[in-house]
Amino acid sequence: MLSFFEKIGGAIRSKITRLGAATRLFFSIISYSSDSFKRFNLTIREIYFTGVLSLVIIVVSAFFVGMVLGLQGYYTLQKYGSSEAIGVLVALALVRELGPVVTALLFAGRAGTAITAEIGLMKATEQLSAMEMMAVSPVARIVAPRFWAGIITMPLLASIFSMVGVLGGYVVAVPLIGVDEGAFWSQMQANVDFNYDIVNGFIKSVVFGIACTIIALFEGYDAPPTAEGVSRATTRTVVTSSLAVLGLDFVLTSFMLTV
Amino acid sequence: MQKDLIVSIKDLAFGYAERQIHKKINMNFHRGKVVAIMGGSGCGKTTILRLIGGQIKPTSGHVEVDGQIVHEQGRKGIYELRRKMGMLFQHGALFSDLSVFENVAFPIREHTNLSEEIIKDLVLMKLNAVGLRGANQLMPTELSGGMARRVALARAVALDPDIIMYDEPFAGLDPISMGVICDLIRTLNDALGATSIIVTHDVTETFAFADYIYFIADGIVAAEGSPSDLKKSQLPFVKQFVHSQKDGPVPFHYQANDYLQDLRL
Amino acid sequence: MNRIKLDAWVGIFVALGLIALMGLAMKVGNLTSNDIKTTYYVTANFENIGGLKPRAPVKSAGVVVGRVDSIVFDTKIYEAIVTMSIDERYVFPKDTFANIYTAGLLGEQYIGLEAGGDPDNLEANDKITQTQDAVVLEKLISQFLYNQASKEEE
Ligand SMILES: Nc1ncnc2c1ncn2[C@@H]1O[C@H](COP(=O)(O)OP(=O)(O)OP(=O)(O)O)[C@@H](O)[C@H]1O
Ligand SMILES: [Mg+2]
Repeated sequence: MLSFFEKIGGAIRSKITRLGAATRLFFSIISYSSDSFKRFNLTIREIYFTGVLSLVIIVVSAFFVGMVLGLQGYYTLQKYGSSEAIGVLVALALVRELGPVVTALLFAGRAGTAITAEIGLMKATEQLSAMEMMAVSPVARIVAPRFWAGIITMPLLASIFSMVGVLGGYVVAVPLIGVDEGAFWSQMQANVDFNYDIVNGFIKSVVFGIACTIIALFEGYDAPPTAEGVSRATTRTVVTSSLAVLGLDFVLTSFMLTV
Repeated sequence: MQKDLIVSIKDLAFGYAERQIHKKINMNFHRGKVVAIMGGSGCGKTTILRLIGGQIKPTSGHVEVDGQIVHEQGRKGIYELRRKMGMLFQHGALFSDLSVFENVAFPIREHTNLSEEIIKDLVLMKLNAVGLRGANQLMPTELSGGMARRVALARAVALDPDIIMYDEPFAGLDPISMGVICDLIRTLNDALGATSIIVTHDVTETFAFADYIYFIADGIVAAEGSPSDLKKSQLPFVKQFVHSQKDGPVPFHYQANDYLQDLRL
Repeated sequence: MNRIKLDAWVGIFVALGLIALMGLAMKVGNLTSNDIKTTYYVTANFENIGGLKPRAPVKSAGVVVGRVDSIVFDTKIYEAIVTMSIDERYVFPKDTFANIYTAGLLGEQYIGLEAGGDPDNLEANDKITQTQDAVVLEKLISQFLYNQASKEEE
């Protein structure tokens, strides 16, 4: 019995230690960031790997999510005789929630794991040590550019997701089901507010960008320098990022709805 | 102390968590010398190099590089010291996302503002010295272990450092490259007026070209001296090493329980 | 991958992201129709606003002419004071009637303005005196049940 509590206590303590270490990494990234802005081509390279290479999965998923929302929304709304509101439903669901959240989850799976595995392997093969011995900080050279790339990439991907999703909803609602095109867009425009819906969705995606990237970077940086350690760290990146995104989403949403 | 002392290690003790690796190490490295550190596998030779580079901190004692105590330096100070050092890692540690050329160019690009032409000339010169100029566009995954180590050597000396540390430069090299690397270490050392610290197992080569040799065992310096002195040494430990005998004061086995007991006999 | 190709891809990506963001703002949201025009404020007192919320639309003849700006409770008269921002293009007579309506049976609530016949128009910060409260569903239902019960007694 005692050992059970000991285990729980130990687990909590190690989690808190890791949180502290992640925070330290975060601040050292910030303190090295002026370097990575001076050499922005490093960040551009990472935007390519995190953003451009995630584009296909984002666009395809967004289109399907939008189409499914259109279908499901239509069958529910038509029962209440308000099928023109389908545009509103699709747009609000995407802009407020699904855009930022699904993008962040896909990002964690696509870009986050790549970041963790890459940094973990660089550590395991002593590349980070070698860099340090050359008096080049791995945080400045490797970690910080990936951090900024993540923050820049995530809101752009989320915007693309939402927009493509709305188009997916449009394709289902207007040409396939036959909802009036004018009603589809005008109802949407009347009910989607720029400040309250679009800006809030954007803020969410920036926060998710910070969370997902820092988790991926930390897991890689902290991974035991072995094949097994790196593979576990990669799994942890997905699990931790997903939980963090969903938890943060709840906190942010409740905050945004009350203010 | 003497003016030409560049690295000195004083009463150094170090351990990972509970395991004590070094108990009390004293070593001195003079400018212009090639000094070898030898010892059994796992006795903490790589660890000494990491202590000199300031990547880990000693539990007591200190390492002094160029008159400055390494573990008392801040981030800036340590980076200043490291600019004077070059290190060849045991497994090469080439950057896997950069080509051979870019790997060697890396420290030059990071620390200087030289033009692209000059960088190209410098890199090709260094690669030529290790015999791999023709391989400059290959990626590290396309190299053999020995080639990778030669590229890493070119990278370690790219900025003409004062102190060059080699972690097992001969492991996995064919006899020809081995001779080449030996000559290279000597030439680089004398041309740059640098100090070379070599961690190695290779007794014959080391005795042939090192100026001074330290033997580590049980966390202390077990023997030291010039190769000719050591060859004459009657210390059983040194004899075991020089004649590569399995049995002797240096245990082949990592600390363990009784063998028969472990096998439940 | 060479530098120029990489830059080009990143450029395309950033441009796509910005286009999507603009699309969301213009085509999906109401940035074009709401935030650019100038407005003036009028107030109205209600005894009961039901579920009216700030930012709810103010409509006249079904056309959105403004939005509810703020709702406060006045402890002197124990009524709700609703401030509306009305599009400058629309003017209303002084004796305009303000109702709180519900869109559909359970939809959101909005303010409907019905113009009166006064020759003078409402000016900025004027007060609409004629108002009608929100219909509270519970009240309606209890009234209905009460009527039913009294009918049965007869
Ligand atoms: N990060 C670490 N954490 C804990 N123990 C470590 C760590 N790195 C090395 N050790 C231990 O420290 C000891 C010395 O390691 P070191 O790498 O210095 O050995 P070495 O003398 O270079 O051996 P070899 O000749 O095989 O390379 C080893 O016994 C190893 O078990
Ligand atoms: Mg070693």
